[in-house]
Amino acid sequence: MPILSRILLVEDSVRDAEMVLNAFEECGLAQKVVHVRDGVEALDYLYRRGQFAEVPEGNPSVVLMDIKMPRVDGLEVLRQMKADPRLQMIPVMLITSSREDRDLVEGYKLGANAYAVKSVNFQEFVEKVKRLGEFWAFVNEPPPGGKRYLDDLTT
Amino acid sequence: MNSLKRILLVDDSVRDTEMALDALEQYHLANDVIALRDGEEALDYLYRRGQFSSRANDEPAVIVLDLKMPKVDGMEVLRQIKSDPKLKGIPVVVMTSSREEQDLIKSYQLGTNAYVVKPVNFLEFVEAMKQLGVFWAVLNEPPPESLHRPTGGP
Repeated sequence: MPILSRILLVEDSVRDAEMVLNAFEECGLAQKVVHVRDGVEALDYLYRRGQFAEVPEGNPSVVLMDIKMPRVDGLEVLRQMKADPRLQMIPVMLITSSREDRDLVEGYKLGANAYAVKSVNFQEFVEKVKRLGEFWAFVNEPPPGGKRYLDDLTT
Repeated sequence: MNSLKRILLVDDSVRDTEMALDALEQYHLANDVIALRDGEEALDYLYRRGQFSSRANDEPAVIVLDLKMPKVDGMEVLRQIKSDPKLKGIPVVVMTSSREEQDLIKSYQLGTNAYVVKPVNFLEFVEAMKQLGVFWAVLNEPPPESLHRPTGGP
Protein backbone atom coordinates (compact mmCIF):
# COMPACT_ATOMS: atom_id res chain seq x y z
CA MET A 1 0.00 0.00 0.00
CA PRO A 2 1.33 3.42 -0.91
CA ILE A 3 2.24 5.75 1.90
CA LEU A 4 0.15 8.86 1.62
CA SER A 5 1.59 12.26 2.29
CA ARG A 6 -0.81 15.18 1.94
CA ILE A 7 -3.83 15.78 -0.25
CA LEU A 8 -4.06 19.34 -1.52
CA LEU A 9 -7.67 20.43 -1.96
CA VAL A 10 -8.09 23.59 -4.03
CA GLU A 11 -11.69 24.75 -3.78
CA ASP A 12 -13.25 28.20 -3.46
CA SER A 13 -16.70 26.97 -2.45
CA VAL A 14 -16.84 26.62 1.34
CA ARG A 15 -19.82 24.31 1.03
CA ASP A 16 -18.12 21.95 -1.46
CA ALA A 17 -14.90 21.91 0.54
CA GLU A 18 -16.85 20.97 3.67
CA MET A 19 -18.58 18.15 1.82
CA VAL A 20 -15.24 16.81 0.61
CA LEU A 21 -13.79 16.98 4.13
CA ASN A 22 -16.84 15.25 5.59
CA ALA A 23 -16.61 12.49 2.98
CA PHE A 24 -12.90 12.06 3.71
CA GLU A 25 -13.66 11.94 7.42
CA GLU A 26 -15.63 8.76 6.78
CA CYS A 27 -12.62 7.02 5.23
CA GLY A 28 -9.98 8.41 7.57
CA LEU A 29 -8.43 10.81 5.08
CA ALA A 30 -9.55 14.17 6.45
CA GLN A 31 -6.41 14.74 8.55
CA LYS A 32 -4.30 14.46 5.42
CA VAL A 33 -6.07 17.30 3.63
CA VAL A 34 -4.69 20.80 3.22
CA HIS A 35 -7.43 23.09 1.93
CA VAL A 36 -6.64 26.25 -0.01
CA ARG A 37 -9.23 28.53 -1.58
CA ASP A 38 -7.96 29.57 -4.98
CA GLY A 39 -5.22 29.19 -7.55
CA VAL A 40 -2.99 31.83 -6.00
CA GLU A 41 -3.03 30.02 -2.66
CA ALA A 42 -2.46 26.69 -4.41
CA LEU A 43 0.67 27.97 -6.15
CA ASP A 44 1.89 29.66 -2.96
CA TYR A 45 1.46 26.34 -1.16
CA LEU A 46 3.21 24.31 -3.85
CA TYR A 47 6.09 26.78 -4.03
CA ARG A 48 6.17 27.25 -0.25
CA ARG A 49 5.99 31.00 -0.34
CA GLY A 50 3.96 33.74 1.36
CA GLN A 51 1.78 32.35 4.14
CA PHE A 52 3.03 28.83 3.25
CA ALA A 53 6.74 29.58 3.47
CA GLU A 54 7.02 27.47 6.59
CA VAL A 55 5.24 24.29 5.42
CA PRO A 56 7.41 21.17 5.42
CA GLU A 57 9.20 20.28 2.21
CA GLY A 58 7.78 17.63 -0.07
CA ASN A 59 4.97 17.52 -2.58
CA PRO A 60 1.42 16.41 -1.88
CA SER A 61 0.43 12.93 -3.12
CA VAL A 62 -2.36 14.38 -5.19
CA VAL A 63 -4.01 17.73 -5.92
CA LEU A 64 -7.82 17.79 -6.11
CA MET A 65 -8.75 21.04 -7.79
CA ASP A 66 -11.80 22.97 -8.87
CA ILE A 67 -11.55 24.74 -12.25
CA LYS A 68 -13.61 27.89 -11.78
CA MET A 69 -11.96 29.93 -9.03
CA PRO A 70 -11.22 33.62 -8.43
CA ARG A 71 -7.81 35.18 -9.17
CA VAL A 72 -6.04 32.18 -10.75
CA ASP A 73 -8.22 29.35 -12.05
CA GLY A 74 -7.58 25.62 -11.95
CA LEU A 75 -6.47 25.25 -15.56
CA GLU A 76 -3.80 27.91 -15.06
CA VAL A 77 -2.50 26.21 -11.91
CA LEU A 78 -2.46 22.93 -13.84
CA ARG A 79 -0.57 24.56 -16.71
CA GLN A 80 2.06 25.95 -14.37
CA MET A 81 2.44 22.67 -12.48
CA LYS A 82 2.88 20.55 -15.59
CA ALA A 83 5.44 22.99 -17.01
CA ASP A 84 7.63 22.77 -13.90
CA PRO A 85 9.83 19.67 -13.54
CA ARG A 86 9.57 19.98 -9.73
CA LEU A 87 5.79 19.76 -9.77
CA GLN A 88 4.85 18.05 -13.01
CA MET A 89 4.72 14.51 -11.60
CA ILE A 90 2.15 15.32 -8.91
CA PRO A 91 -1.20 13.81 -9.94
CA VAL A 92 -3.85 16.47 -10.49
CA MET A 93 -7.53 15.63 -10.49
CA LEU A 94 -9.87 18.35 -11.70
CA ILE A 95 -13.25 18.40 -9.99
CA THR A 96 -15.84 20.65 -11.52
CA SER A 97 -19.54 21.31 -11.25
CA SER A 98 -20.33 20.95 -14.91
CA ARG A 99 -19.10 18.69 -17.66
CA GLU A 100 -17.98 20.96 -20.44
CA ASP A 101 -16.22 19.45 -23.43
CA ARG A 102 -13.95 22.47 -23.74
CA ASP A 103 -12.66 22.22 -20.16
CA LEU A 104 -12.41 18.45 -20.44
CA VAL A 105 -10.32 18.60 -23.61
CA GLU A 106 -8.19 21.47 -22.32
CA GLY A 107 -7.70 19.77 -18.94
CA TYR A 108 -6.41 16.55 -20.46
CA LYS A 109 -4.32 18.45 -22.98
CA LEU A 110 -2.61 20.33 -20.16
CA GLY A 111 -1.88 17.02 -18.46
CA ALA A 112 -4.67 16.54 -15.92
CA ASN A 113 -4.46 13.04 -14.49
CA ALA A 114 -8.18 12.65 -13.98
CA TYR A 115 -11.41 14.61 -14.13
CA ALA A 116 -14.56 14.29 -12.08
CA VAL A 117 -17.88 16.07 -12.24
CA LYS A 118 -19.47 17.02 -8.91
CA SER A 119 -22.75 15.22 -8.42
CA VAL A 120 -25.71 17.44 -7.70
CA ASN A 121 -27.17 14.84 -5.37
CA PHE A 122 -25.55 15.14 -1.94
CA GLN A 123 -25.27 11.43 -1.17
CA GLU A 124 -23.86 10.67 -4.63
CA PHE A 125 -21.31 13.43 -4.20
CA VAL A 126 -20.15 12.01 -0.86
CA GLU A 127 -19.87 8.49 -2.32
CA LYS A 128 -17.95 9.75 -5.33
CA VAL A 129 -15.52 11.79 -3.24
CA LYS A 130 -14.89 8.85 -0.89
CA ARG A 131 -14.08 6.55 -3.75
CA LEU A 132 -11.81 8.95 -5.55
CA GLY A 133 -10.03 9.76 -2.29
CA GLU A 134 -9.53 6.07 -1.63
CA PHE A 135 -8.11 5.52 -5.10
CA TRP A 136 -5.49 8.25 -4.74
CA ALA A 137 -4.75 7.42 -1.12
CA PHE A 138 -4.69 3.65 -1.09
CA VAL A 139 -4.37 2.36 -4.65
CA ASN A 140 -2.23 4.84 -6.55
CA GLU A 141 1.49 4.93 -5.92
CA PRO A 142 2.36 8.65 -5.76
CA PRO A 143 5.53 9.88 -7.45
CA PRO A 144 8.54 10.28 -5.22
CA GLY A 145 8.57 14.01 -4.51
CA GLY A 146 9.86 14.32 -1.03
CA LYS A 147 12.67 16.32 0.39
CA ARG A 148 15.48 14.63 -1.47
CA TYR A 149 14.00 15.30 -4.88
CA LEU A 150 13.49 18.99 -4.17
CA ASP A 151 17.02 19.32 -2.78
CA ASP A 152 18.48 17.73 -5.89
CA LEU A 153 16.87 20.31 -8.07
CA THR A 154 17.61 23.41 -6.05
CA THR A 155 21.33 22.77 -5.62
CA MET B 1 -23.40 10.14 -15.88
CA ASN B 2 -22.56 6.71 -14.62
CA SER B 3 -22.48 4.81 -17.89
CA LEU B 4 -19.85 2.13 -18.15
CA LYS B 5 -16.88 2.85 -20.35
CA ARG B 6 -14.38 0.62 -22.11
CA ILE B 7 -11.29 -0.64 -20.32
CA LEU B 8 -8.25 -1.76 -22.33
CA LEU B 9 -6.17 -4.24 -20.32
CA VAL B 10 -2.65 -4.84 -21.62
CA ASP B 11 -0.82 -7.59 -19.78
CA ASP B 12 1.19 -10.59 -20.97
CA SER B 13 0.44 -12.59 -17.83
CA VAL B 14 -2.62 -14.77 -18.45
CA ARG B 15 -3.00 -15.27 -14.72
CA ASP B 16 -3.02 -11.55 -13.92
CA THR B 17 -5.46 -10.83 -16.75
CA GLU B 18 -7.82 -13.54 -15.48
CA MET B 19 -7.64 -12.18 -11.95
CA ALA B 20 -8.29 -8.67 -13.22
CA LEU B 21 -11.29 -9.81 -15.26
CA ASP B 22 -12.69 -11.74 -12.28
CA ALA B 23 -12.33 -8.67 -10.08
CA LEU B 24 -14.03 -6.43 -12.63
CA GLU B 25 -16.77 -9.03 -13.07
CA GLN B 26 -17.52 -8.98 -9.35
CA TYR B 27 -18.13 -5.29 -9.62
CA HIS B 28 -20.08 -5.59 -12.87
CA LEU B 29 -17.41 -3.68 -14.70
CA ALA B 30 -16.28 -6.43 -17.07
CA ASN B 31 -18.79 -6.11 -19.87
CA ASP B 32 -16.64 -3.79 -21.93
CA VAL B 33 -13.09 -4.94 -21.35
CA ILE B 34 -10.61 -5.68 -24.11
CA ALA B 35 -7.64 -7.77 -23.00
CA LEU B 36 -4.45 -7.59 -25.06
CA ARG B 37 -1.22 -9.47 -24.50
CA ASP B 38 1.62 -7.12 -25.34
CA GLY B 39 2.57 -3.62 -26.37
CA GLU B 40 2.47 -4.40 -30.06
CA GLU B 41 -1.17 -5.45 -29.83
CA ALA B 42 -1.94 -2.34 -27.79
CA LEU B 43 -0.43 -0.06 -30.43
CA ASP B 44 -2.19 -1.99 -33.22
CA TYR B 45 -5.45 -1.50 -31.35
CA LEU B 46 -4.89 2.22 -30.76
CA TYR B 47 -3.77 2.88 -34.32
CA ARG B 48 -6.40 0.53 -35.82
CA ARG B 49 -3.90 -1.67 -37.57
CA GLY B 50 -3.82 -5.38 -38.42
CA GLN B 51 -6.52 -7.35 -36.62
CA PHE B 52 -7.97 -4.08 -35.30
CA SER B 53 -8.17 -2.22 -38.60
CA SER B 54 -11.94 -2.27 -38.61
CA ARG B 55 -12.68 -1.56 -34.96
CA ALA B 56 -15.13 1.19 -33.99
CA ASN B 57 -13.67 4.68 -33.65
CA ASP B 58 -14.41 5.26 -29.97
CA GLU B 59 -11.43 5.17 -27.62
CA PRO B 60 -11.11 3.32 -24.32
CA ALA B 61 -11.87 5.31 -21.17
CA VAL B 62 -8.69 3.93 -19.64
CA ILE B 63 -5.71 1.78 -20.60
CA VAL B 64 -4.39 -0.42 -17.82
CA LEU B 65 -0.83 -1.10 -18.85
CA ASP B 66 1.70 -3.63 -17.58
CA LEU B 67 5.34 -2.57 -17.95
CA LYS B 68 7.34 -5.73 -18.59
CA MET B 69 5.97 -7.31 -21.75
CA PRO B 70 7.41 -9.05 -24.82
CA LYS B 71 7.80 -7.35 -28.22
CA VAL B 72 6.96 -3.77 -27.15
CA ASP B 73 7.07 -2.99 -23.43
CA GLY B 74 4.66 -0.81 -21.50
CA MET B 75 7.02 2.14 -21.14
CA GLU B 76 7.33 2.38 -24.92
CA VAL B 77 3.54 2.16 -25.37
CA LEU B 78 3.12 4.91 -22.76
CA ARG B 79 5.73 7.05 -24.51
CA GLN B 80 3.99 6.70 -27.87
CA ILE B 81 0.51 7.42 -26.44
CA LYS B 82 1.60 10.51 -24.54
CA SER B 83 3.60 11.96 -27.42
CA ASP B 84 0.76 11.62 -29.91
CA PRO B 85 -1.66 14.58 -29.71
CA LYS B 86 -4.49 12.33 -30.89
CA LEU B 87 -3.96 9.74 -28.15
CA LYS B 88 -2.43 11.63 -25.27
CA GLY B 89 -5.75 12.43 -23.62
CA ILE B 90 -6.59 8.75 -23.08
CA PRO B 91 -5.99 7.99 -19.40
CA VAL B 92 -3.27 5.38 -18.81
CA VAL B 93 -2.81 3.55 -15.53
CA VAL B 94 0.49 1.71 -15.26
CA MET B 95 -0.14 -1.51 -13.33
CA THR B 96 3.02 -3.39 -12.61
CA SER B 97 4.76 -5.64 -10.16
CA SER B 98 7.73 -3.28 -10.27
CA ARG B 99 8.37 -1.24 -7.14
CA GLU B 100 11.49 0.30 -8.64
CA GLU B 101 11.63 4.04 -8.14
CA GLN B 102 13.15 4.39 -11.59
CA ASP B 103 10.02 2.91 -13.21
CA LEU B 104 7.79 5.09 -11.05
CA ILE B 105 9.63 8.30 -11.96
CA LYS B 106 9.90 7.44 -15.65
CA SER B 107 6.20 6.57 -15.88
CA TYR B 108 5.16 9.87 -14.31
CA GLN B 109 7.61 11.81 -16.43
CA LEU B 110 6.16 10.22 -19.57
CA GLY B 111 2.73 11.29 -18.39
CA THR B 112 1.02 8.26 -16.87
CA ASN B 113 -2.25 9.22 -15.20
CA ALA B 114 -1.75 6.83 -12.30
CA TYR B 115 0.62 4.09 -11.14
CA VAL B 116 -0.55 1.00 -9.32
CA VAL B 117 1.73 -1.65 -7.89
CA LYS B 118 0.11 -5.09 -8.29
CA PRO B 119 -0.48 -6.44 -4.80
CA VAL B 120 1.07 -9.89 -4.35
CA ASN B 121 -1.79 -11.03 -2.12
CA PHE B 122 -4.75 -12.33 -4.17
CA LEU B 123 -7.50 -10.59 -2.22
CA GLU B 124 -5.61 -7.32 -2.21
CA PHE B 125 -5.13 -7.63 -5.97
CA VAL B 126 -8.88 -8.11 -6.47
CA GLU B 127 -9.64 -5.14 -4.22
CA ALA B 128 -7.15 -2.87 -5.98
CA MET B 129 -8.51 -3.87 -9.39
CA LYS B 130 -12.08 -3.15 -8.27
CA GLN B 131 -11.16 0.30 -6.98
CA LEU B 132 -9.20 1.01 -10.12
CA GLY B 133 -12.13 -0.10 -12.29
CA VAL B 134 -14.69 1.97 -10.38
CA PHE B 135 -12.47 5.02 -10.48
CA TRP B 136 -11.61 4.93 -14.17
CA ALA B 137 -14.67 3.28 -15.70
CA VAL B 138 -17.36 4.95 -13.59
CA LEU B 139 -16.20 8.04 -11.68
CA ASN B 140 -13.66 9.57 -14.00
CA GLU B 141 -14.85 11.67 -16.89
CA PRO B 142 -12.76 10.58 -19.87
CA PRO B 143 -11.95 12.86 -22.80
CA PRO B 144 -14.87 13.25 -25.22
CA GLU B 145 -13.35 10.78 -27.73
CA SER B 146 -13.91 7.98 -25.25
CA LEU B 147 -17.64 8.27 -25.28
CA HIS B 148 -19.61 5.98 -27.49
CA ARG B 149 -20.83 7.69 -30.54
CA PRO B 150 -22.50 6.50 -33.73
CA THR B 151 -19.94 5.23 -36.24
CA GLY B 152 -22.16 5.80 -39.23
CA GLY B 153 -22.35 2.09 -39.98
CA PRO B 154 -25.42 -0.12 -39.56
